[in-house]
Amino acid sequence: MKKYIYAFAAIACLSFAQSCKKDSEFLDKQPTSTLPIDAVWKDPNLVLTVVGDLYDRFPDFQRIESWWLFADFDEGFASASGDYFRHQNLEYGYDAWRYWDIGVYRLVNDLNLFIKRGQEATALKAEDRNRFLAEARFIRAGVYFEMVKRMGGVPLITVPLAYDYSGDPSYLQYPRAKESEVYDFVIAELEAIKTVLPDNATIQSRATKAAALAMESRAALYAGSIAKYSNAQLTLPGGEVGIPAAMANGYFTKALNAAKEIIDGGKYSLYKKNPNLSDNFAALFTDKGSNPEVIFAKDFKLKTNKVHGFTIDNQPRSSAEEAQGGRLNPSLNLVQSFEKLDNTYASFAAIDGSGNPVYYTNITDIFADRDARLAGTVILPGTQFKGKTVDIWAGYQLANGTIVTGDNFAQSKSNVLPGNPGSVQVVGGDGPVDGLEFSAQSGFYVRKYLDPATGSGQIGTRSEVWWIRYRYAEVLLNAAEAAFELGDAATAANYIKPVRDRAGLTTALSPANITFDRIVHERKVEFAFEGHQLWDMKRWRLADKVWNGNNMSAADFTNASNIGSATRTSTQVFGLWPYKYYNPGNANHLKYIFKVIKPSRVTAAHRFRIGNYYSSIGQDVLNGNPKIIRNPNQ
Amino acid sequence: MKNRFYFIIGAIIAVLCSSCKKDNYEAPAADFTGRIVYKGEAINVQYGQVNFELWQSGFGNYAALKVNVSQDGSYSAKLFDGNYKLVFSPNQGPFLWKKNATGKQDSIAVNISGSKAMDIEVMPYYMIRNASLTAASGKVNGSCKLEKIITDANAKDIESVSLYINKTQFVDGGNNIAVQQLTGATIADLNNLSMSVNIPAIVPAQNYVFARIGVKIAGVDDLIFTPVAKISF
Repeated sequence: MKKYIYAFAAIACLSFAQSCKKDSEFLDKQPTSTLPIDAVWKDPNLVLTVVGDLYDRFPDFQRIESWWLFADFDEGFASASGDYFRHQNLEYGYDAWRYWDIGVYRLVNDLNLFIKRGQEATALKAEDRNRFLAEARFIRAGVYFEMVKRMGGVPLITVPLAYDYSGDPSYLQYPRAKESEVYDFVIAELEAIKTVLPDNATIQSRATKAAALAMESRAALYAGSIAKYSNAQLTLPGGEVGIPAAMANGYFTKALNAAKEIIDGGKYSLYKKNPNLSDNFAALFTDKGSNPEVIFAKDFKLKTNKVHGFTIDNQPRSSAEEAQGGRLNPSLNLVQSFEKLDNTYASFAAIDGSGNPVYYTNITDIFADRDARLAGTVILPGTQFKGKTVDIWAGYQLANGTIVTGDNFAQSKSNVLPGNPGSVQVVGGDGPVDGLEFSAQSGFYVRKYLDPATGSGQIGTRSEVWWIRYRYAEVLLNAAEAAFELGDAATAANYIKPVRDRAGLTTALSPANITFDRIVHERKVEFAFEGHQLWDMKRWRLADKVWNGNNMSAADFTNASNIGSATRTSTQVFGLWPYKYYNPGNANHLKYIFKVIKPSRVTAAHRFRIGNYYSSIGQDVLNGNPKIIRNPNQ
Repeated sequence: MKNRFYFIIGAIIAVLCSSCKKDNYEAPAADFTGRIVYKGEAINVQYGQVNFELWQSGFGNYAALKVNVSQDGSYSAKLFDGNYKLVFSPNQGPFLWKKNATGKQDSIAVNISGSKAMDIEVMPYYMIRNASLTAASGKVNGSCKLEKIITDANAKDIESVSLYINKTQFVDGGNNIAVQQLTGATIADLNNLSMSVNIPAIVPAQNYVFARIGVKIAGVDDLIFTPVAKISF
């Protein structure tokens, strides 16, 4: 009985104690699931979690988490049935690559809010606070750069906006800034924060001085080339689109100086750990241990939810860790643009001058003596990934010209080869089989960014290879291009040399060899599958020449004479298929021959219209803000 | 039980009656048809590439109705009666659209009240004259001359002139089986252009092709074409 009294007394005490609390104390409890703003701005670790979210929203267009976008511009073929439409669309929509919606300006607003609150915060140490603020400004510069390169001039908003429910939203309606003003803003912001950010080459997933300079160099280069190569159609009277040609040199100088500051700083260098140049180039993208070339990357980590499936999606099918892979097939258009080691361009010699096939003893012989970046970017037939040789060959060609092939991976057939009644494999374990998804329908698989770690091709494990946004080689090529545009070909040759040396092209280009076409070509092969292609083609105003909507044929790939031309048409993906020649007794028996093919799923020729240079602005945006002017040509 | 049965019948009748109601709107009934012309002559363009916009105010948010122009320069749209404004966006079509005082694309007021046929007068950069397309010994030969219509500050050069042939009546840069192209730099005389293109093997065999000549004007997306010609050989 006593026990109950004690229990009752205790309960009574506790409830009285509770009810003695003031109402305000009871009602004003802080929620436990969210942190109030002023609590966050007291602890650098808490602020870092907010910055982490902002970094996570840093904009990219093509990246390893969206392999399919690489197939949109004829760099690669999308070997997955749901993505064949990428090769069946004649045109790019005017709204393609649009980057101007609620989400984008919400991100801008979040960044502006973060900056405003950071400036008001007093509890943090000044150095911590300044670094966080500089990081937010770095991300904001990245967002505006992404907007301006897609949309042209956009409203420049640098203060947080909030609606006051007065019924009149006109004070929230900003007009578009000039295109040049947005670039100027990006450059000025990066210039202002570069000294605040740490100058440390081992920080690669957060903003550093070099990251700011690298972005500044790229942005200034884009602005400069838009000014230089702009044409009259791509302007608006208010300058919202188009940059006057007179401003070109100023931007090129800024691009060169920013790049030079990184180069002269000496903290970064090209990745050269592996003596095999191709393996070295492939490892550059997957090696996260003290990689001296990476300036700014989006990082991933195993055993968290920050992993990606690029390797699962694109690993060679025959040695895949799941029944998956092979979705991105580099195109012959790209593959043949890698130079020979003597700095000349050449088609692959599938047929000789009189139209007869050329016979190769080894399947890889046709790719010999090429730029080492080729085998570092592309898994060629007969080369290895994760220690296993890919099995890419399309079948047998008999003496009478008949093709013997199959329609599934490593299919075997009986009694199909003359004088050989047994069962033989008639097509490679990786294809190519036309129309069979995951097979190498162009004859190639992608290697860049493919993770060599065991388990990276498993659904349960995935890959933690990072996505490199800025790397040292780009800084060198930016410097080379800016110097070239400023008329200094000798300096351009100096900056381009280390990049080409690493690729095994040891005969240096002389200043006289440096042409606009060379620079276009160098960026094309160095940065394949790194998300540069569309923006480069746009800023050089080459996009409507290259993707001109005209059909291509195999004849464009055999003995092509204009491979190094910046304006070479590339509207349809082509491939190169190896066949085994079957003719017992003949000297060429079981040697390889090659054929240029067009995958049957490629039905349309891409056409980039002049109106595509700037994405259209959504009708909802135009309706909501009468100060916004439409982009030209739409 | 009986009650419930009546109730079900009642419900069915109610549903049937309510579905007898007319839909809220009549379908658009007015045909708006015509061609894009220069001095009465139709401008031929690429299929699905050229369109104009019709804007109608007074119904909530603005958005354009886009009307496509066919290969032969004709168009047709089904519309509601009402007042529309018709405008070509900049860089639509191989022609210059007139601008208003503020430098923007000018619009034409169109009143639709019942079906209406209207030719839209445009100002092409070039016209293709005296085009002839013939077949001879496995080739299609084409010749034409070009008349430069716009010669003031808006004048533009020729980027290329192409002779396209195709199996079907859709003939252009993206739909062809063979093409012969003259680049603008190699054209010496606009009054004397001739091209010829070999007819490749067609599977399944057919003894005719469709051909047209297209002119690409520098800095203009859309080509101007000759009418599609069916050529037997």
